[in-house]
Amino acid sequence: MSRPVVSRAELDELKQQGLARLAAFEQRITVCNGTGCRACGGVEVKDALIEELSQRGLSDRVDVMPTGCQGYCQRGPLVVIEPAGIFYHGVAPEDASRIVSETIENGELVEDILLEDPVTGERIPNRDDIRFYTGQQRIVFDLNGRIDPTSISDYIAHNGYQAFAKAILDMDADGIVDEVLRSGLRGRGGAGFPTGRKWQFTRDALGEIKYVVCNADEGDPGAFMDRSLIEATPHAVLEGMLIAARAIGACEAYIYVRAEYPLAVEHIHKAINDARDIGFIGEHILESDFSIDVHVMEGAGAFVCGEETALLQSIEGKRGMPRPRPPFPAQSGLWGRPTNINNVETYANVPPIILRGADWYAKNGTETSKGTKIFSLTGKVANNGLVEVPMGTTLRHIVFDIGGGMLSGREFKAAQLGGPSGGCLPEELLDVPIDYESLGEHGAIMGSGGVIVLDNTACMVSVARYFLDFTASESCGKCLPCRVGIPTMRDIMARITEGEGELEDLDRLRKLAEMIKSTSLCGLGQTAPNPVLSTLLHFEDEYRAHIEDGICPAGVCEALTGAYSIDPETCKACDKCAKTCPTDAATGTPGTPPYTIDEALCIRCGACFTACPFGAVTRAVRS
Amino acid sequence: MQDQFPSELQNKIERHAERPESLIHVLRCVQDALGFISPESEALVANHLGVPISRIHGVVTFYHLFHTSPRGEHIVRLCTGTACHVGSADRILKALQLHLGITPGETTEDLAVTLETVACLGACALSPVMVVDNIYHGLLTPDTAVAIVDRALEEAG
Repeated sequence: MSRPVVSRAELDELKQQGLARLAAFEQRITVCNGTGCRACGGVEVKDALIEELSQRGLSDRVDVMPTGCQGYCQRGPLVVIEPAGIFYHGVAPEDASRIVSETIENGELVEDILLEDPVTGERIPNRDDIRFYTGQQRIVFDLNGRIDPTSISDYIAHNGYQAFAKAILDMDADGIVDEVLRSGLRGRGGAGFPTGRKWQFTRDALGEIKYVVCNADEGDPGAFMDRSLIEATPHAVLEGMLIAARAIGACEAYIYVRAEYPLAVEHIHKAINDARDIGFIGEHILESDFSIDVHVMEGAGAFVCGEETALLQSIEGKRGMPRPRPPFPAQSGLWGRPTNINNVETYANVPPIILRGADWYAKNGTETSKGTKIFSLTGKVANNGLVEVPMGTTLRHIVFDIGGGMLSGREFKAAQLGGPSGGCLPEELLDVPIDYESLGEHGAIMGSGGVIVLDNTACMVSVARYFLDFTASESCGKCLPCRVGIPTMRDIMARITEGEGELEDLDRLRKLAEMIKSTSLCGLGQTAPNPVLSTLLHFEDEYRAHIEDGICPAGVCEALTGAYSIDPETCKACDKCAKTCPTDAATGTPGTPPYTIDEALCIRCGACFTACPFGAVTRAVRS
Repeated sequence: MQDQFPSELQNKIERHAERPESLIHVLRCVQDALGFISPESEALVANHLGVPISRIHGVVTFYHLFHTSPRGEHIVRLCTGTACHVGSADRILKALQLHLGITPGETTEDLAVTLETVACLGACALSPVMVVDNIYHGLLTPDTAVAIVDRALEEAG
C-alpha cells in the first residue's frame, strides 16, 4: 500500500479488500495483547496458538489476531473464538492445544478456562453473556478486541477513515465544527469544556499557522483508558485528530504520549507511518487543499505536563511549567500559535460523531453530558477493568452490575473518582447519575475517569494523605500556594494519621484548601485540595476518630493500630493469613481452625487483615 | 573532558543540531546510550543545540525520567499509583527495600539493581504492579515481588 488513496472509491476498495482478508478465514482466535494481558503472558499464548494451528495444518483456515486491550484486564490473558464468541480467560500457553483440538476442530468448550459467574458459579461460554460486557455501551471502545491495532487494513475494513473522507469531501470546516458542537461532546480529560467551542475558538483565532495537539499524558494514577485506546485503536485517535486539524485549519499535529506507555508509543508510531503510506498524512489529502503532518512527542515523566500549558512547554523542549491563562492555547499555544488541545478519548469520539451524525450521538447521555464515558474500574471490586457507559449511568450500576459487586467478604465504603483532583462518593450517593454537573455538586469530579472502589479496610484520612503526598511531589514549584500550601496540608494530614492531630487542624485544612484552590496558577494546585475537602465532607467522623479518640477505624494508620487477633468462630483455616504474614506471626494448620497470631512477632502491618476473605482477623484499638 | 559523544550517539542526534525544541528527545537518546546524564553530557548537549547549560540542567532535573547518576543493570519500578496503593503496594515496597538494602531512587553498590517507584503504570486492574527490565508483573504479593527480582538477577548470572 504505497500509493496514496486519492478518492472515496479507492478508500472503499481498500475497505472491501480489508473485509475480504478478514473473511478469508473460517474462524478467528483473538488474543488480547494489551499491556495488562501481556503482563500475564498474552504474547506467549498468541505464539503457542499460532504454533499449534500450524502443526495441525489449520493456519489457512484459522486466523490468530493479536488485539489491543479488551478492557477485562484482571482476567487476562483473554482469548475469544470468533464467530462463535466463545470467551476464555486466564489462558496459559499450555492451553493452546486443547483450545485448537477441542474448540476449533470439534466445537467443544474447554470448561476450566470459561468464566465463572461470580454469583451463580455457572460457567459462561459466550462473551455476549458476560455481565462485565453486557452492562456496557461501547461506542469509542467498539473496535477494541475486534481488530489488530497494528493493521490499518483492519481499521479501514471497519469503516476506518470514512469519517475523515466525509470531513474532507462532503463537509466544510464550519460544518465539521457545527457537527461536533451539536453533538454536545465535552472534553474527556476532566474539565468537560465543550469540544466544538474549543475548535471554534481555534478556528476563529488569527494566524496562518495553527496546531492540533493530543494530550496523551495520562498521568492520573488509577486511569488507563487513554493507554488502552492508543494501544487498541490508534487509528481512531489519529482520525479524530486529523478531522480536528481539517476543522480548525491546522497544518501540523502533535501527540504527547506518556513515556511510561511503551506499547502505546509503538502503536501510534506504526499508525502514523501506515496513514502516511496511504496518503492520509501528507500533502493534498484526497486531492483536496488539506495537508497535514503528525509528530509523536514522548513525555519524560512529569504529572504536571497533563496541564495543557505545561504540556505545550514540554513539546517546545522546556521544563513543563504552566503559565497563566488567558491567553488560552486557542489564541496563543504552541510557539505562540493558535493551538487546539484535546485528550485521547475526546478525539476518539470524533469519528463516530462525524460518520453517524450529531443527532445520533446526542441521543446518548444526559441533558448536559452527551455520549459515553470510559471509566477504569479498580480496587476492591470483583471485576476490574475498563468500562464504557452512557453519561448519567449510576455508580451503583458500574460497581455492582458491571463490576460484579464487592470482593467477597467486603463492604462498599466509597468510590474515589478523578484521582488526585477528585473526591470520594460514599454509599448514600451510589445512585447519583454520573455526569459533569452531578459529580461537581457532591464534591467529586469526572476527571479522567478513574474509579477506585474502597472497602472497609480503607482509611479515608490515609487515602487523602496519599493524594497530597502525590501532588506535593508533582507540584512544579512555580506558584507559591501550590508549592508551599500543599506540603503544609500534607504535614497536617501526616500529623493526624500519626495520632498527633488536634481538632483545630480540621479548620486549618479547610482554610488552606480554599486558599490553594482559589489562588493556584493551574489545575494541579486548584484541584489538589479536593481529596481532603471531599473526605472531610463525607467522612469527618473518621478524621475526628483519629484526633479525638486516637483510633484509625479502618486500622490502616500503623501508629493508631493495636494488636491483631483472629476470631476462632469466624476462622475457616484457609491459610491465607499465614501465607501473607511477613514475620510468620500468623500460624495454624490448613483446614483445622482456628489460626492464631503471635503478638510478640506481629509487626502490625495489617497484611493478614487485608488477606482474610472471611473478616476473621480483628484488631484492637491502641491502648 | 571528551569533546564529542561516541560516534553512534553523535550520528543519532546530529540532525537536531541548533534545534532547542529537540532537547528532551536528545537527552533521552543520550541517556539511552550512556545510562545517565553527566555534567559533561549536559555541556555537550548545550553546545550541540545552542542552548545555555543552565536550561539543560533545569530540564534534566525537572523530569523524573532523567537521571544524573549511574543506574543499575536491572531496573525495578514499583507502581505506587492509587489502585496499587489501595492494594498495599507499600508492603511490597518495604519487602523490596529490605531485600535489596536500598530505598527508592537508589542503586545497589554493585550497580546490579536500581529501585524506583512510579505514580502509575496504567495496569491498575492487575494491581499491585511492577515493571522489571520493561516486563510487567501484576497481582503481586511481597513474596512474589522479591522472587521475581531474584529471578531477574539470577537469569543475568
